[in-house]
Amino acid sequence: MRQPFEAVVQQHGVTVLRVCRSLLGIHDADDAWSETFLAAMRAYPGLPETANVEAWLVTIARRKSIDVHRAARRAPLPVEELPDAPSALGIPGAGDDDLWASVAALPGRQRQAITYRYLAGMSYAEIATILGGTVEAARRAAADGMKTLRRTYPGVNQEGARP
Amino acid sequence: MNDLTHIPDADAVGVLPASIDSGTMAALHRRLEAAAQAEGLVDVAYTTVDSPVGPLLLAATPRGLVRVAYAIEDHDSVLEDLAVRLSPRVLRAPKRLDAAARELDEYFARTRERFDVELDLSLSRGFRRLVQQHLPEIGYGQTRSYRQMAELVGNPKAVRAVGTACATNPLPVVVPCHRVLRTDGTLGGYIGGLEAKTALLALEAAA
Repeated sequence: MRQPFEAVVQQHGVTVLRVCRSLLGIHDADDAWSETFLAAMRAYPGLPETANVEAWLVTIARRKSIDVHRAARRAPLPVEELPDAPSALGIPGAGDDDLWASVAALPGRQRQAITYRYLAGMSYAEIATILGGTVEAARRAAADGMKTLRRTYPGVNQEGARP
Repeated sequence: MNDLTHIPDADAVGVLPASIDSGTMAALHRRLEAAAQAEGLVDVAYTTVDSPVGPLLLAATPRGLVRVAYAIEDHDSVLEDLAVRLSPRVLRAPKRLDAAARELDEYFARTRERFDVELDLSLSRGFRRLVQQHLPEIGYGQTRSYRQMAELVGNPKAVRAVGTACATNPLPVVVPCHRVLRTDGTLGGYIGGLEAKTALLALEAAA
């Protein structure tokens, strides 16, 4: 039985926004979120009932994030991965600016692997489907990303010592 | 151990917090409502309103008000039922229900005796639908027996079927099945519970 679309928005809205923010930064994420759920609502009646709804939404969110990114840059060249860009993060009071900046600064595949794994909770098999390549490569990208974060994100090793 | 690659995933998620508050999500939801409405994607819009007979779920298709549900019907299961029977494109979108909500407010404030909003009777078929179409002919503050309703729709023997039609009315309050009583004047059943039926009859009688 397919649940009402509203339940999909309630259950996955926050995760999709995290994915969009991680890929685009906080300012453009809202556009990608809206486009994602609009597209999802359009296609929802045809979605197989056995589908992993969250993985499906994350796939759409990734596509829409690329669209929003291209529109913002006015650069219609198709790219395999989102290029690294200065982080647009930094809303006062958000509290996790440094971490988001560190995530945004990761190389493309690592950033995406981290986002899909730890924000969207996807399996490495699902991530491999999105990124291309093997499951092992997806796992390695996430692990490498974590290793980099450990080095670059100041909060991790200081146990509450952050200003 | 500070090595993140060695701690469980659940803990790793904890080091990637994101401050997303309910205000942010509410604003995004409103934006989605407007965009989906503009694109004609909202097959079923719904909202909930407070009333003297408890919270009421209101749902509408583009054709009109399709469902009014009492809390004891369990609003979540009502929405699941609408997703199955009408369309899974069900979205909380209060704007489409503004007129219905206003008329209900007026009804409960005793400033309205008839509902003017468009109705979508697509949740009912056949004889039940016929009975429900005739229910609004019972005027405000009046009552009929199940037998009289059967006669009114030209099928005097179908007293039981009239009872079923009232019990399965998808639009209680607006389609006044609460005005149908047993021949002996006792209440009979009601989809919103007997307390609600009594409350509506008392409200109309006091006018």
